[in-house]
Amino acid sequence: MIAVENVTFNYPGGPEVLHNLNLRINDGEFVAIMGENGAGKTTLVKMFNGLLKPVQGRVLVDGVETREKSVAQLSRNVGLIFQNPDHQLFAETVSEELAFSLRNFGFKEEVIQRQVTNLLTALDLERYATSSPFVLSGGERKRVALAAILVWDPKHVIMDEPTIGQDYLQKDRLRNFIMQLESQEKTVVIVTHDVEFVAECKPRVILLSQGRVIGDGPAVEILTNRHLIDQSSLVMPQIASLMNRLKELDAPPGIIDAYSAREFLKNRLRNVISTRPPPER
Amino acid sequence: MPAIVAKDLSFTYAGGDKPSMEHVNLSIDKGEFVILTGPSGCGKTTFCRCLNGLIPNFYAGDLQGKLRIDDIDVKGKSTAELATHIGFVFQNPENQLFSLSVERDVAFGLENLGVPREEALKRVEWAMQATGILALRKKAPYELSGGQQQRAAIAGVLAMRPSVIVLDEPTSFLDPKSAEEIVAVIAKLNRELNLTTLLVEHRLDVVSRFANRVVVMDKGEVVLDGPPDEIYSDQARLIGIGLPRVTMLFHLLRLDGFPVTKNPTTVEQAADELKRMLNP
Repeated sequence: MIAVENVTFNYPGGPEVLHNLNLRINDGEFVAIMGENGAGKTTLVKMFNGLLKPVQGRVLVDGVETREKSVAQLSRNVGLIFQNPDHQLFAETVSEELAFSLRNFGFKEEVIQRQVTNLLTALDLERYATSSPFVLSGGERKRVALAAILVWDPKHVIMDEPTIGQDYLQKDRLRNFIMQLESQEKTVVIVTHDVEFVAECKPRVILLSQGRVIGDGPAVEILTNRHLIDQSSLVMPQIASLMNRLKELDAPPGIIDAYSAREFLKNRLRNVISTRPPPER
Repeated sequence: MPAIVAKDLSFTYAGGDKPSMEHVNLSIDKGEFVILTGPSGCGKTTFCRCLNGLIPNFYAGDLQGKLRIDDIDVKGKSTAELATHIGFVFQNPENQLFSLSVERDVAFGLENLGVPREEALKRVEWAMQATGILALRKKAPYELSGGQQQRAAIAGVLAMRPSVIVLDEPTSFLDPKSAEEIVAVIAKLNRELNLTTLLVEHRLDVVSRFANRVVVMDKGEVVLDGPPDEIYSDQARLIGIGLPRVTMLFHLLRLDGFPVTKNPTTVEQAADELKRMLNP
């Protein structure tokens, strides 16, 4: 479990970025942290592996206060994937990039080889095993950065803006991949602006604005709350806006993605089409 | 007169085993607003790199075919020579801003071109006005929000008075509200200045309402080219284009066998069409 207790933070000499923040993320939960540019989202998740330590209050990971551990110790359980893969990648080949941390953690060479191969396959990167990470496209480098963290099998996986630069098919793959992580009972936390991605995945949403939690609940509730949406510079998912414009249909609440809208409309359309008189000849 | 004409344009990166872009034929008229989209690796970045001369000046490889901007042959021109014809805005505004004030950042390109001070000041003021950041002129770029930073980056390009502006996923780092605002600024500049605009974008939800033409690339080639409601077809979906979610919904209903005849591209169009279908 990740517990944030009364956490206040400012960068040295800067204004307060997080104000007396409290939240709990349970093991195996899938959470999206959303909010406007500068809301404090990235600052918050950098607390989870101890890269930043609270100025006041404390962060506990699996019951241990982050102040008492090094980033290296915390990282064994908390994998943080940065927004910009170039802040993370440095090795000469993709395989080396993946093997690096495993060597640091002292894994046996056979385990290293097996894990590297597994991750290259899982993230569709096999053909780049011997390529330099820097000749790959932005979207591919992001997948390498993700693989380089997942390779040591951390219990909590934190991804900062994983969908930026990914096309539709890759986002679909990412969604399936997150579902796999969920089925392995890993905690998955994503920081994202991508309302349509969240509308399809439907995680718990924690909404930050100006360093405070202003909303916390299921995606279907948070992403249909006009007041919260406006306060945090988000927009409603397209399908939620569509259902708002079709109030007379009395649709059940919580239809925020194309697939659930399809299920609902299928029934309504069947009624109309079956009751429609046959066309005159 | 077309602003951009590509004829049979192909490029293979040095060391690459196949072309990253093949036989691209594209003509964009002065003042058009065009969205260029396609899955990762489809060749859209390669095409953009040809437009500003990074190919072949910076990226080595085999370039074939013809490319003209403002009726000037791009081949043999330096990136600096091209800068007054075509301006570029990138994904992350932080990579484009580095001065101590917004004003100085917007002026940077002009200083490099040696534009006289009086003229430069006038243009900087005009560009900041057009992008709505005049009040921020003395601020440091890092004090701005992401959306404001992207406006500053656009102003810096605008001050060079290019006839074409190319924006490579300019909204991906922005929160959705700021993204909508930036796209609205781009659409306004296109309309008011008759500025030819090529917007490279995955997020078709946000941009579709503004464009009258969408070009789709796949595997190095232009495969679709036309108005959004025609382009957002089954073929586009199968290539893996991120269709607006309301368009996707209509695709799903068509797959379920309903007599869907239209491809709505905005929430408003989708609502109207559903009302019509449900009340025959």
